[in-house]
Amino acid sequence: MAETKQSNAYWAANVRIILISLVIWFVCSFGLGILLRPALKGISVGGADLGFWFAQNGSIYVFLILIFAYARRMNKLDKEFGVEE
Amino acid sequence: MDQFTLNLIVIGASFALYFGIAFWARASSTAEFYAAGQGVGPVVNGMATAADWMSAASFISMAGLIAFGGYNNSVFLMGWTGGYVLLALLLAPYLRKFGKFTVPEFVGDRFYSTSARMVAVVCLLVISITYVIGQMVGVGVTFARFLEVSTSTGLYIGSAVVFAYAVFGGMKGITYTQVAQYVVLIIAYTIPALFISLNLTGNILPQLGLIGSYAPSGGDVSFLAKLDSVVKELGFAAYTADTSNMFNMFLVTMSLMIGTAGLPHVIIRFFTVPKVSDARSSAGWALVFIALLYTVAPAVGSMARLNITTTFWPNAETGNALDGDAIKIADIDSNPDLIWIRNWEKTGLLKFTDLNGDGMIQYFNEPAAVTNANKALAAAKKALADSTEADKTALQTKVTEAEAAVATALGAAKLGDKTLAERGLVGNELTTVNNDIMVLANPEIAKLPGWVIALVAAGGLAAALSTAAGLLLAISSAISHDLIKGALNPSISEKGELLAARISMAFAIVLATWLGLNPPGFAAQVVALAFGLAAATIFPVLMMGIFSKRIGKEGAIAGMIVGLVSTAVYIFLYLGWFFIPGTNVLPNTPAAHFLGISPAAFGPVGALLNFATAYVVSMITKAPPRDVVELVESIRVPKGAGAAQAH
Repeated sequence: MAETKQSNAYWAANVRIILISLVIWFVCSFGLGILLRPALKGISVGGADLGFWFAQNGSIYVFLILIFAYARRMNKLDKEFGVEE
Repeated sequence: MDQFTLNLIVIGASFALYFGIAFWARASSTAEFYAAGQGVGPVVNGMATAADWMSAASFISMAGLIAFGGYNNSVFLMGWTGGYVLLALLLAPYLRKFGKFTVPEFVGDRFYSTSARMVAVVCLLVISITYVIGQMVGVGVTFARFLEVSTSTGLYIGSAVVFAYAVFGGMKGITYTQVAQYVVLIIAYTIPALFISLNLTGNILPQLGLIGSYAPSGGDVSFLAKLDSVVKELGFAAYTADTSNMFNMFLVTMSLMIGTAGLPHVIIRFFTVPKVSDARSSAGWALVFIALLYTVAPAVGSMARLNITTTFWPNAETGNALDGDAIKIADIDSNPDLIWIRNWEKTGLLKFTDLNGDGMIQYFNEPAAVTNANKALAAAKKALADSTEADKTALQTKVTEAEAAVATALGAAKLGDKTLAERGLVGNELTTVNNDIMVLANPEIAKLPGWVIALVAAGGLAAALSTAAGLLLAISSAISHDLIKGALNPSISEKGELLAARISMAFAIVLATWLGLNPPGFAAQVVALAFGLAAATIFPVLMMGIFSKRIGKEGAIAGMIVGLVSTAVYIFLYLGWFFIPGTNVLPNTPAAHFLGISPAAFGPVGALLNFATAYVVSMITKAPPRDVVELVESIRVPKGAGAAQAH
């Protein structure tokens, strides 16, 4: 029974990390790149505005950091719970 | 050495490399054929995934789409990269832990039902076959252009090449060939980009050049502001202009993202790595290699567009386009720097006519009123010429009226501070600028040496071939592993299954070639269907299989069917049944779209319908049995992942 409790806690921690990551994923692409672009027109980035830059380049950089950060965080979590391969 | 010989040498050398690799890494077991023996490191797998993923559309067409669509077409940039976040977080590690070979196999085991597995096979085949059509067309077009053969001959050569290395190499051969193809395509894409960025912005990195300053006018104006002002002066929408439909842009981006995460040929790449943790980081490596091209693409598109515009309006390079003359036809024929214009005119990707006979080619955004008036005039003239009646007065009057209407339209339409009539213009004289030219002609426009042009040809072919091979593998494994071994003949030996896999791949190549010769519609529409269907079927069913213990087989099957049918029907309503032109029920215009949702944006709606159906049906049917719940619990933890079993 203890093992089930342990793996439930592991899964809950994983889901929490996923949710936080998905919020960042959503904000940098759909948020800054599309929905918030009109509101952020005032911030200029090299000849265009912040929203434009996030749509054409910025969101991709955030995606990259996000995946590696997730992989790192999960490797740590695997060790904490002793479920690594 | 002429360009044709150079193309032959570079393309020939790249093919020799692919064949060599395929022979060295040929598959000898089903585990190697389907999943490369699960011995591919995360970085190598990431590179192979990038080549698998980046198709002819990414390499040849995307920069042009962005060049002319501007901010609006950022959907491709965000959509085709953001999906990897979903893959890394929601699917890849768990499917690797599951440790089998195909996507339908997971669906069948998790939903304890051969029927569920077969529905997944149907979804996979529809998605992958529609997707492979676009690749085969891309192979044909690229061969035709660079080897000076017909498109169908190009297609046959391409099919033979894929056949030679994919059928024998299986996943193992394909993986290592894709690594080589990635190297070829990324070098071919970035070299012209570095030069063009250096020329226009003084910045060698295109990513910085995009937001840098415009060098030819002294650097006091930013590159994007310059591009905006030049295209606006000629009557086009600004490159950075806002979207006209934010809701639709949102949905298209979402459709491409979850569609990417649901494409079977991408998902199976993550079955090839040794460990669960490798599956997570491998998605990141894949995105690193994809981002090398995708972050450069907007710079390539926007810079090539400015280059083409200033080529046709030389004064635009440092001042206002309309303050100087347009390009002279005499220059096109005599200036060696402009020889590319005639070269590409031959391919039909670039077309121009001197409508007003002034010896110059004026390129601008022709107002719709002028276009319509000119069309009406042409129709009236044709009616007069074709008429066999004795009394042609009525038809003659119509022509005179149409001429007057054209004159009125030209007098009303403004280009800069003067009307078209005052400028002596009758219409836009650069009548065709194909999207693909932005990448294909880039080295010539930037005056780069011949071997760079040949490299771009090899890069375009590498992009199309690597994606086609990945798709064909997904198709053949669904047939031999899921359909034959999973349902029709479970007692088949491993040798027999390997043979079946090779035979079904050969059949898939023949089918793909035939569809490439007779595409049912425009390739772009077909690809929209593939993403919409992947988003509405495979992605939801996999996600529910991992994140829910309550969704049972009835729910999963009902969900997949609702997602598949609703998305396909919505697309067919606007684009014609099975893309047959003229069979569409509704016109494909924004006004006719339901709530403004274009066919390419329906994927997320189909996915929502899939989730909702699966949930409701599962609530009123039996919960999954104990061993399935245990399976879900086991795929959620990395511990205990071993080599895949062929069960």
